[in-house]
Amino acid sequence: MKLHTISINNLKRRKAKMAFLTIGLMVGIATIVTLVTLTRSMSTDIERKMDEFGANILVTPQSNGLAMNYGGISLGGVTFDQREIKEENLAQIRTIKNHKNISAISPKVLGGVKIGSHDVLLVGVDFASELKMKQWWQIFGNAPKGDHELLLGSDASNVLNASSGDSIQIKGETFKVAGVLNQTGSQDDSLVFASLPKAQKLLGKEGKITMAEVAALCSGCPIGDMVTQIAEKLPDTKVSAIQQVVEGRLKALDHFKRFSYAMAAVVVFIGSLIVFVTMMGSVNERTTEIGVFRAIGFRKSHIMRIILLEAALVSLLAGLLGYAAGMGGAKLALPFMAETKNAHLVWDSTVAFGSIGLAMLLGLVASLYPALHASKMDPTEALRAL
Amino acid sequence: MALIEIKDVKKQYQTGSDMVEALRGVDISIEAGEFITIMGQSGSGKSTLLSVLGGMNHPTSGEVEMAGVKLYQLPSEKLADFRAQNLGFVFQSFHLIQYLTALENVMLPLAIVKMSTAAKKDAAKKALERVGLGGKTDRLPNQLSGGEQERVAIARAIVNNPHILLADEPTGNLDSKTSEEVMALFRQLNEAGQTVVMVTHNPENGAYSDRTISLRDGLISA
Repeated sequence: MKLHTISINNLKRRKAKMAFLTIGLMVGIATIVTLVTLTRSMSTDIERKMDEFGANILVTPQSNGLAMNYGGISLGGVTFDQREIKEENLAQIRTIKNHKNISAISPKVLGGVKIGSHDVLLVGVDFASELKMKQWWQIFGNAPKGDHELLLGSDASNVLNASSGDSIQIKGETFKVAGVLNQTGSQDDSLVFASLPKAQKLLGKEGKITMAEVAALCSGCPIGDMVTQIAEKLPDTKVSAIQQVVEGRLKALDHFKRFSYAMAAVVVFIGSLIVFVTMMGSVNERTTEIGVFRAIGFRKSHIMRIILLEAALVSLLAGLLGYAAGMGGAKLALPFMAETKNAHLVWDSTVAFGSIGLAMLLGLVASLYPALHASKMDPTEALRAL
Repeated sequence: MALIEIKDVKKQYQTGSDMVEALRGVDISIEAGEFITIMGQSGSGKSTLLSVLGGMNHPTSGEVEMAGVKLYQLPSEKLADFRAQNLGFVFQSFHLIQYLTALENVMLPLAIVKMSTAAKKDAAKKALERVGLGGKTDRLPNQLSGGEQERVAIARAIVNNPHILLADEPTGNLDSKTSEEVMALFRQLNEAGQTVVMVTHNPENGAYSDRTISLRDGLISA
């Protein structure tokens, strides 16, 4: 017989009340676990999507150009002193402080060429990094493998009346169309893609590139820092982040996070209230019992230990069940909340231990006053009840 | 020197706007090994006297000395320790803990004592055997008769070998036959050396004790 024997036996005796208390606390913990896990899973999903989405930093040559477009309609541009980036300088990007966040660098050279009777924009790319960056591309045919293979945008394919397997002449050289892009709805539809060295040669821009797209891994999203770091390494370039995409998504997630925390706070409050009321009721019901304990020599601290141990045991159970139920809830809710169907649930030991710890903390804090109240009971109360 | 010395103990209660004088200057001296019954009608102050004796009810004035210790000069927690080590209580309604077996109820005072569980079990079994319940250790209180519950309560009170056994109307809820058995048990414990102080309103119980103290309106009348 030890003090915990009393606590455990009392819990066994008051099964219905303790079940109510456990469920009350469990629902609170489950809600928090669901919200936190959903937020984290959605965050990871967005980060993953951002990586798939492609470039989020653009490196272009510094120029005194004035863009001439209005409402999405480009009217060309007034450009003075057009510069280009030396290809060898791109290696500098890999030396920035946040280089670990760089997923891919895709250099491009752009220039107009005549194919048959059509003026088209030829884009020289490093197919390996371009395909890694643009994972949404669907190619009918194959990805180009050699210098004499091309990839056509869907509109370019229509205009040039060429599909995979056909041959095209550019500046007297014959190229094979390895594949045609499915419609993307972007500028890629009207482009003709060639390997970077071949395009540089055709356009007379050996060793030069027109622009580079940098895909950054979005964990922590230090996009702003990375822009500054790249700009420092490449002073003759203009480095800009596609901020709207990044910030817009993160802002939406931030709103959800705030909502989650507010919900969690309300749930924590209600959970604490349930524990407080139930424990207080339990203590009041046990006045005589506590009086007997005091009469036979139990110290105030012994009484507190009995009550707090009961609260701790119930809270531990509520924490464990709450975590399991919360993860179950998150698993069910994630497909409806996430932007992609293959979003993965984040299993985090911090959430597991945190939820159990929070349940214990809640249970103990809310039971502190009832335990104090019990410990201060006058033992004569027990005798008066005779 | 007497085991218990009560000197000019007064106890007043405030009930609403009225001041009730439960004890109005009580002097008692009890020797070790005595069996004392405190008798009196309802409201005479006998239960108040027992709670003062038991270190649970601070007297308004006066002194209670037990085994050389002035009880009410002890800090609250030390007083609790004193109760645990020196006193055994038997309550009128037994007040057994319903979710504990007979053995666990008897082990209750030992829950706060540093002893091995085996030693606690052994002590509790011996106490139950002394009251004739050695075969019902695993019964819950609601599986025992009134007399058996009373015996468990007595076993709980003696398990820590207290200097003094305090009993408040221990036969109040029992039929006459069971009452006689319980009183015989108290007598038996007393003959084995246990000091017993019992509050009762049943004059027949007085026959089992060495001495009877009568209380009337908070004062000793005989």
